[in-house]
Amino acid sequence: MAQLMAQPMVNNIQYLNSLSYRSAFMLVLKRDLTIAFRHKDDILNPILFFVIVITLFPLGIGPEINTLSRIAPGIIWVAALLSTLLSLDRLFKSDYNDGSLEQMLLSPHPIFVLVLAKITAHWLLTGLPLIFIAPLLAVLLHLNEHSYGALMLTLLLGTPILSLIGAIGVALTVGIKKGGVLLSLLILPLYIPVLIFATSAIDSASMNLPFTGQLAIIAALFFSTLTLAPFAVSSALKVSTN
Amino acid sequence: MHTTNETTSTPLLSAKMLTCIREDRILFEALNINAYSGDIIQVEGPNGAGKTSLLRILSGLSVPYDGSVCFNEKNIQKVREDYHQNLLYLGHLPGVKGEMTAQENLAFNLALQGLNPSLAENTLKDVNLLGFEDSLASHLSAGQHRRIALAQLWQTKAPIWILDEPFTAIDKVGVKALESLFLTHVDRGGCIILTTHQDLALPKERIKKLTLEYRFF
Repeated sequence: MAQLMAQPMVNNIQYLNSLSYRSAFMLVLKRDLTIAFRHKDDILNPILFFVIVITLFPLGIGPEINTLSRIAPGIIWVAALLSTLLSLDRLFKSDYNDGSLEQMLLSPHPIFVLVLAKITAHWLLTGLPLIFIAPLLAVLLHLNEHSYGALMLTLLLGTPILSLIGAIGVALTVGIKKGGVLLSLLILPLYIPVLIFATSAIDSASMNLPFTGQLAIIAALFFSTLTLAPFAVSSALKVSTN
Repeated sequence: MHTTNETTSTPLLSAKMLTCIREDRILFEALNINAYSGDIIQVEGPNGAGKTSLLRILSGLSVPYDGSVCFNEKNIQKVREDYHQNLLYLGHLPGVKGEMTAQENLAFNLALQGLNPSLAENTLKDVNLLGFEDSLASHLSAGQHRRIALAQLWQTKAPIWILDEPFTAIDKVGVKALESLFLTHVDRGGCIILTTHQDLALPKERIKKLTLEYRFF
């Protein structure tokens, strides 16, 4: 009797068709945002770090307008890199520690969809706030008035790259007890192209020169990481949980 | 190691010539397992014998050093999504988020499997968590975490269950309820592979035992 019923039980699983990539994506995104909003210090920590680092520079260097406006793009972008790095750990660590990462890897959905949802949640909580705060802090650094548009655009295209590349590093190091140092060593060199082209775009804008070239390169980096990083992260997670 | 039952039907899950090596120690080699529908396979062995490693290989979380695992005669590496639709694996970590309530945790796990998340509220009653629906999981006990994870068993449609120490931190009444659920599941044509150090209070002829020995080399 049991044998007779076995075949339909396996083959009749159609209910999953109702769950598309989109709803799987929304499911994980909503869960990660819910968890983050119940754990507010995780959200505030990187943002406060960003604000504090940037406000310390005018105090340390002195209020001279020319110096400050010259170094402003670099300061803002380096602070953005470091604050992203600070927040990367929570991307997979707690899920790894409590076993929910295993459950996600064993779910019937393609892993890259779930991974992309987690990275999106991370960007919404760490990258997006920076885009709104950066122009206010740029005033402190006397950023050239022509540069604000370039600053916003580079942050808008650049911060998702930071989350996407960072996720690869976290996925590779999540199984290691003290992976923090290794993570910085892995990730920071990969952030250099974004840093160079972003600051160069803002510099060009301050001299009233076109900066579409640099922006195009950042956009290219964004789209290539957006399409490739989720697959790299899925493979890295499989290796880490092996 | 394991005697297969004499049947012509194909096994739901089969492992062929599995070898697992951890820390330069062979945990098991050339292990063959066939799980047919209706089977309850209890994996036994001392600590460190490789029970969890075996279950992780069977679930597809780990890759064996040698050998293959097949679902319906197809290698699970090739039919991953199809296999995982038909599999429910509960590891020794419950996978419960402390920041979410009991009901949210269960609803997420159900939704991830493609089930209706609104079933969560009623299912929590089945595992004796009535009244704890809206408590944050971080305020609940280890046994209650385990119950949240196990609650999926009441709703899942997956025929293959792989359970790593499902009775950890569960009280006697809970163990009874689980055992009767196991019987219902295999009678419906599912199969269960589990590890436990307790003796199952199920009819002896229903359980197939697979014993892993601790090897020193």
